[in-house]
Amino acid sequence: MSLLEIHNLHASAAGKEILRGIDLTINPGEVHAVMGPNGAGKSTLSAILTGNPQYEVTQGEILYKGRNLLEMKPEERAWEGIFLSFQYPVEIPGVSMVNFMRTAVNAQREYRGLPALTATEFLRLMREKRAVVQLDNKLANRSVNEGFSGGEKKRNEIFQMAILEPTLSILDETDSGLDVDALRIVSEGVNRLKSAERSSIVITHYQKLLEYVQPQFVHIVYRGRIVKSGGPELGDRIFAEGFDWVKQEFEG
Amino acid sequence: MNNGQSSEDVLKDLTSSEYKYGFTTDVETDIIPKGLNEDVVRLISAKKQEPDWMLQFRLEAYRYWRQQPVPQWGHVKVDPIDYDNISFYAAPRKKAAAGDVDPEILKTFDKLGIPLHERDMLLGKTTGTELSAVEASSTMAVDAIVDSASQKTTYRDKLAELGIIFCSFGEAVREYPDLVRKYLGKVVPVRDNYYSALNSAVFSDGSFVYIPKGVRCPMELASYFRINSSGTGQFERTLIIADEEAYVSYLEGCTAPMRDENQLHAAVVEIYVHERAEVKYSTVQNWYPGDKFGKGGVYNLVTKRALCAGDFSKVSWTQVETGSAITWKYPSCVLKGDNSQGEFYSVAVTNNYQEADTGTKMIHIGRNTRSRIISKGISAGHSQNSYRGMVKVLPGAEGVRNYTQCDSLLLSKTCGAHTFPIMDIQNPTAIIEHEATTSKINEDQLFYCQQRGIKEEDAVSLIVGGYAKEVVQKLPMEFAVEAQKLLSLSIENSVG
Repeated sequence: MSLLEIHNLHASAAGKEILRGIDLTINPGEVHAVMGPNGAGKSTLSAILTGNPQYEVTQGEILYKGRNLLEMKPEERAWEGIFLSFQYPVEIPGVSMVNFMRTAVNAQREYRGLPALTATEFLRLMREKRAVVQLDNKLANRSVNEGFSGGEKKRNEIFQMAILEPTLSILDETDSGLDVDALRIVSEGVNRLKSAERSSIVITHYQKLLEYVQPQFVHIVYRGRIVKSGGPELGDRIFAEGFDWVKQEFEG
Repeated sequence: MNNGQSSEDVLKDLTSSEYKYGFTTDVETDIIPKGLNEDVVRLISAKKQEPDWMLQFRLEAYRYWRQQPVPQWGHVKVDPIDYDNISFYAAPRKKAAAGDVDPEILKTFDKLGIPLHERDMLLGKTTGTELSAVEASSTMAVDAIVDSASQKTTYRDKLAELGIIFCSFGEAVREYPDLVRKYLGKVVPVRDNYYSALNSAVFSDGSFVYIPKGVRCPMELASYFRINSSGTGQFERTLIIADEEAYVSYLEGCTAPMRDENQLHAAVVEIYVHERAEVKYSTVQNWYPGDKFGKGGVYNLVTKRALCAGDFSKVSWTQVETGSAITWKYPSCVLKGDNSQGEFYSVAVTNNYQEADTGTKMIHIGRNTRSRIISKGISAGHSQNSYRGMVKVLPGAEGVRNYTQCDSLLLSKTCGAHTFPIMDIQNPTAIIEHEATTSKINEDQLFYCQQRGIKEEDAVSLIVGGYAKEVVQKLPMEFAVEAQKLLSLSIENSVG
């Protein structure tokens, strides 16, 4: 069974239609890259998959593990293993990363019928996963994303992903604004999670990340639709020639 | 969410929107007939075996009060209070032997989590919401007051060894009349306002604290107020004196049973601070707020004021206000001594039909006096939440500094948040800063939490807890943990 099936998805935000019929199937263990010019609808797709209430589905259906995803609350989707690495991670003043992640982990464990982690167990888990993304201990004790640099915020997203070990991870331009070292660290975080059961959707503008994480499938989103799908060679062509040829092919 | 507490407990806590402290205690109560007149004032004074000067103080207050109109300036709707329908004195009748507490009362405080056995501790128990909240292990002395009478004050003897006096107000009047007489009404005069005059006439019990010169009080002192009887009000009086270079941290907690009637609580707190002394006063106010339709609840009309009389003296008020149908209080600082400091940290939460009009007054009289005001209002349901503050700098006060920050967080479309700052600056050297924000609960923050698997309800309390943290962390550890929990409970089912 496929992990995710999107059929004829139409969606809008603030009354404006953004997605105009997306079809996409993702099987366990696959890594899919989603590319496209700004405003094509890439981030809207990730918002719809995670249940962001600011977006509205107007048509189509999404099956996740065979269930109607659109009927599930955002937190329920998280419990079922969907994770979004936010393009713009949100700051929550006064809430420490430790408290935030412990609440999240224990909520997910509760859903799975597991006992809550004790303070000691949780701190051990944090220490272990922090090493994966080389996140400074100081950051883990600060308020969620508050006072973090752009790069630190992105690494913090991957850190959370490493802790939550999602089945379907969606990386929304996690690579933008990262220097080469940070990009390598983030990619390693992603690669460590790869398995026969886990899948990822990687939304990106850059070649570097795709070199590191090596998706099997590349999709081009333009004007709210997937206008082209292919293998890694499709990504190579985009990086060589840009999107103009896609636009021409689509409109011509 | 918490260490020892299972997630089911948290869930139960968060879904039972009942007021947890709404039970009543079945004890025989000595209650005087309803109504207020000079004979009632005399009766209260007689029941407390007071000296004549105390009775005269009360009578003067009563006569003044009777002539005063009810104040109307607050941004609250107080239904006219029928003073003929309130009993002004109710005290649990002692069943146990002298010096002991009625077992029913002990059970009550046990249920409330307040230790009346010495060496017990008011621990954070298993409720720590932060990993960093190591089990607090400090000891606390408690004065437990039910309706009009103090039931027990713990650690009195141990504190007495250091010269510290911590006892019920009634005992202080009898045992330390000179001290009480010297300070009573010096910070909050009888004629200060309508409710302070009422309190001065009929006050029943409360706590008395005296910290002698150069002594740092080694434990937190706590008063716990409980209204139990129906048809009564509570009029407590607290007087704290910190002599030169003394230090004390004092806590106050309050709860009441759920009742359909509005019960009146009109307290007066006076703090007198001498040279280089410091007093920290923390309140977690959780009087019954009324039901979700606004029926019942306590009217909390309180006058609290500190006088920084000596140079380099310091007072810090911290309050977490979650209860009461109506809250009307402005813990204030009169900064008379040169280089004295006043601080006010407040979180006021209103839900359903609660109304809060709260803030502070900082009166700068001495030179180089400093004050700091951090006020966080959280409004939900149909509630009204107002910050009212005054910063006054007198002509002789050179080099004054004040910083005020007042933030309002709105959790519903039907609630109101209001800010009434008054500045009266009569000396040009003063540096006054004022910042104010009003915001709604941020949808991006909510979604971010939910995306990680945190339920909406828990996400709201997490975010609100973060918003209030700057104030809550000023509380002593034992109270901070309780306050965090209270915040979560007060705002449940409130986003909309």
